Amino acid sequence: MADLRVDLCGKELRTPVIGASGTYGFGGEFSGIVDMNWVGAVSGKGLTLEGKAGNTGVRLYETPSGLINSIGLQNPGVRHFIEHELPAMRALGPAVMANLGGSTIETYEEGARLLDATDVDFIELNISCPNVKAGGIAYGVKAASAHEVVSRVRKCTSKPLIVKLSPNAENITEMALACEDAGADGLSLVNTFQAMAIDLETRRPVFDNVFAGLSGPAIRPIALRMVYQVCKAVNVPVVGLGGIATARDALEFILAGAAAVQIGTANFANPRACEDVARGIAAWMDAHGVKTLDEIRGAAL
Amino acid sequence: MRAQSCEALVLVNEEEATGIRQMRVNLPAGQPEPKAGMFYMLRAWGADEPPLLSRPISVHRWDKETRVLTFLYQVKGKGTEKLAALCHGDRLSLTGPAGNGFPVEAARGKRVAIIGGGIGVAPLLQLAREVHPVAARVDFLAGFRDEVYRVDAFEPYCANIYVATDTGSFGKKGFVTDLLDTEKYDLAYICGPEIMMKNAARLCLAAGLECYVSKEGVMACGLGACLGCTCRTEKGEPVCVCKDGPVFEGSVFYG
Repeated sequence: MADLRVDLCGKELRTPVIGASGTYGFGGEFSGIVDMNWVGAVSGKGLTLEGKAGNTGVRLYETPSGLINSIGLQNPGVRHFIEHELPAMRALGPAVMANLGGSTIETYEEGARLLDATDVDFIELNISCPNVKAGGIAYGVKAASAHEVVSRVRKCTSKPLIVKLSPNAENITEMALACEDAGADGLSLVNTFQAMAIDLETRRPVFDNVFAGLSGPAIRPIALRMVYQVCKAVNVPVVGLGGIATARDALEFILAGAAAVQIGTANFANPRACEDVARGIAAWMDAHGVKTLDEIRGAAL
Repeated sequence: MRAQSCEALVLVNEEEATGIRQMRVNLPAGQPEPKAGMFYMLRAWGADEPPLLSRPISVHRWDKETRVLTFLYQVKGKGTEKLAALCHGDRLSLTGPAGNGFPVEAARGKRVAIIGGGIGVAPLLQLAREVHPVAARVDFLAGFRDEVYRVDAFEPYCANIYVATDTGSFGKKGFVTDLLDTEKYDLAYICGPEIMMKNAARLCLAAGLECYVSKEGVMACGLGACLGCTCRTEKGEPVCVCKDGPVFEGSVFYG
């Protein structure tokens, strides 16, 4: 039987499959459906220091093999998360990744300090939400801005710090190198691509915010290319995501060098996707005589 | 109760009226039983096939003894077109039962109006079946644009049935709210188009009736994870249609 355990920034995950932030709630929503033993970690709904009500208007829009969302970081705030959501999330079994966004460097810092004092396993720093001006995308486009916020947050926590990158970065490799230099323990990529839709009847943009984030299989080959580029450039572990729906997709990202993968939009098409992907990876490994993912990670580089 | 996922066998999938279909499926043993007002995410196509999202459809009728689960749905787009193409013996995946059902106990000993508009009648049949044994009296008030459907199915559970159509093709010409004499009731359950629910709920609330509405929302997961179906209450609070609802007290939105 294949050994699915992977090391991520010094923490052991029982499988390389992580429920992606914004698609997996705080994990409990899927616990009646998914055998959590197959889930390595859950990255919770993106948090901000103070809670947010999220965006008005249309929030979801289907495209051919994709989904555009404009949720707008609706969340109960870091303190509420720690008090009311974290204990149940912790009890689920998978490692806990707290996803932290912010509007200013100070709110990032304060959020990180609060999370540092808890038993979360990882902090995933979201500098890539395209749906809120104050959601971090400002820091996710220019490498110099990212360097500053990551350096400052780094000083606030000794937790493994994984920086989630936006594909809308000016240059994904420079962005990754800047975050690594600033002290990130790992990187996750990619968040959603900035996109839009227009309503023919109203002749106006579908979303109140005009632009929104595209995810799903439509972005997978581009995400894979970016993960490959970043894995070639950096020495810290990389978590690959972007349209992964099957074990085959996940294995492509691992061959591109990813230490682990996140499953996002696919959870909507198949609520058992995380379990199915992990089982599928194990089956593929067994069929190919692969005992651990270390044997094949980065083989395509 | 936590939603589960399963494969169900299609027993019948037939047209009920123009663009309105009724599908009966067998809910596998061991799956949790739904209550009136709950819904399932339906998918009859691969995870890698369009449309990307599964479709939320409410429980029209649940027969515990035979484990037959009935959906009534309107064929509106790519997802429901694929559901419409299912035949006896086909399989589809169900995730649910999701959401909170109607508060049935609230009807105990009361005079109840069940008010439906168009395809909004879908969750109300199971509601009538559950409310009938506890309420003092149940009336069904239904409004349709032109073609009337599924009204007969309510007869065993309702003392009176009143129908309105926009075109006057059946029953009273006008809106379902024209049929509503609030003095005759203590409590109302409402499901239909947004404008109809708003008007009906406001009439009920103004007359001091207890009132519950079942909302619709575009959603990705049905489980409270995606926050795609969030809408704002009258007070501006964000609530999830899927997890906090789909049934809400009328005053939450129309107070």
